[in-house]
Amino acid sequence: MTTNSVTSERRGEPLVLRDLSKRFGEREVLRNTQLRVEPGQFIAIVGRSGCGKSTLLRLVAGLETASAGSITVNDKLRTGLSDDTRIMFQDARLLPWKRVIDNVALGLPKDRRADALKVLDQVGLADRANDWPARLSGGQRQRVSLARALVHSPRLLLLDEPLGALDALTRIEMHRLIEDLWRASGFTALLVTHDVQEAVALADRVILIEDGRIALDETIALARPRSQGDAAFAALEKRILDRVLQKPARETFTNPHDDAQPLWPGVPAHGLRWAV
Amino acid sequence: MTHPLQELQTTPTPVLPGSAGSPLLPGTARTLQALQQLAGFARQVWQRLLPWLVPVGLIALWQIASSLGWLSTRVLPAPLEVITAFWTLTASGELWTHVQVSAARALSGLAVGGGLGLVLGLLTGSSRLAETLLDSTIQMVRNIPALALIPLVILWFGIDETAKLFLIAVSVFFPIYLNTFHGIRGVDPGLIEMGRTYGLNRWQLYTQIILPGALSSILVGLRFSLGLMWVILIVAETISAQAGIGYLTMNAREFLQTDIVLVGILLYALLGKLADVFAKGLERYWLRWHPGYQAV
Repeated sequence: MTTNSVTSERRGEPLVLRDLSKRFGEREVLRNTQLRVEPGQFIAIVGRSGCGKSTLLRLVAGLETASAGSITVNDKLRTGLSDDTRIMFQDARLLPWKRVIDNVALGLPKDRRADALKVLDQVGLADRANDWPARLSGGQRQRVSLARALVHSPRLLLLDEPLGALDALTRIEMHRLIEDLWRASGFTALLVTHDVQEAVALADRVILIEDGRIALDETIALARPRSQGDAAFAALEKRILDRVLQKPARETFTNPHDDAQPLWPGVPAHGLRWAV
Repeated sequence: MTHPLQELQTTPTPVLPGSAGSPLLPGTARTLQALQQLAGFARQVWQRLLPWLVPVGLIALWQIASSLGWLSTRVLPAPLEVITAFWTLTASGELWTHVQVSAARALSGLAVGGGLGLVLGLLTGSSRLAETLLDSTIQMVRNIPALALIPLVILWFGIDETAKLFLIAVSVFFPIYLNTFHGIRGVDPGLIEMGRTYGLNRWQLYTQIILPGALSSILVGLRFSLGLMWVILIVAETISAQAGIGYLTMNAREFLQTDIVLVGILLYALLGKLADVFAKGLERYWLRWHPGYQAV
């Protein structure tokens, strides 16, 4: 994997949330959230379904507007979509009628197609440049979607459970890839995930959101690259997981942007172990 | 059906040891294999021909019945006569002029009606205001069969080309309008949101996400319209035409030339099929990204 990225000359942006609240009608999804993220930091946000973590990400992306409070990125108030922020969605959201390379080059000026190919090479899919997305596996689609985000040299990358639908082996591969590219490019990363192991593997800080508030802010001081078999890793993972499970699941409310469906029909949400 | 299958399974067994072990008969295995291939080929040809057996048989029966005088030419001309009529009309160039006139009528009607349907469908699909203003009106008008308008159309436009164009345009308008509208409404909002976050402007969103997303649906509308187009053309051409396939057949009817009437009917069928093949080709090209349309 090449670590020399086209984005290396740009650094990450600091992110500050002040008293951030978001209501959908009567329901308050986020309550007076405070968060300060250093430039280039990798933050993982974990929590049960419907806890407001995806809403938080969409607020930072500028896809939703806050009911109260403020978001500042690089000391500038965030009011809408921004060119230095890119988001990776849970479903890759590739355009099926564009070839892989054209998907990566989406929104780029014509003269920067070479960059698109370069980033596609960084995610290891240069040979699939002229394929249709329908021909790719789930993991390959997410790699294309990662390339599409990175080609814009984002200074803040938002990852909305991008690996949620992948199998365990592909996930581990993707962790490596994301970590490598993050270290090479130095962007600030905000990852929303169900998977505590993923959070511990990737993040500098793991933040637990519970009932619309930040309930835990744990710094992960493990050396990179992290090995999941490591005792310190396992201990940290267990501690965070225990904390996530400590509070019994409330009635899961439906959030239009958080997948609140039960994992298996007929099994109540509190009967499952989340975030494993 | 079990017999050829059994044969297929049992024949390779004696062949394989022969080709591997016995040096005495080096050619036998190859000959056997060639024979097998030949048998397989013959089976394939037979499978291909089987569906044609009944139609070809019927036509042969029809020809025999006509030749023996069981079937009056006033009811049905013999197939050979139809072919002869087709050939003389083609040779004189008459056929070609009529086909040209009819095709021009059909296509200009499609261009006007289909174009309007596409534009209005795009408009109501993209703008809630346009939908509220226009859609219910269009839905009401949609329920009027185009052919019911004929008396009114003759009063408005007389019996010349405008009337025919109008009828075709009206009938092809609705399938394209409806399918364009639904195609645009059916575009995955997630993709549009993605496009916005990736800095596409309105025009880029439209041309790169909304339009391609609606395309498969628009093409379904086009295929419906093409089918309707020929049906309406046939009726429209029976309203006093000076040229065209309809004129050809109506004229032939006056003189009891059933062979030419049949040529006209077959021409309509042929043109209809041609239009469908064309629309399918468009689908295969424009939707080549779609797993459902990829060539097998």
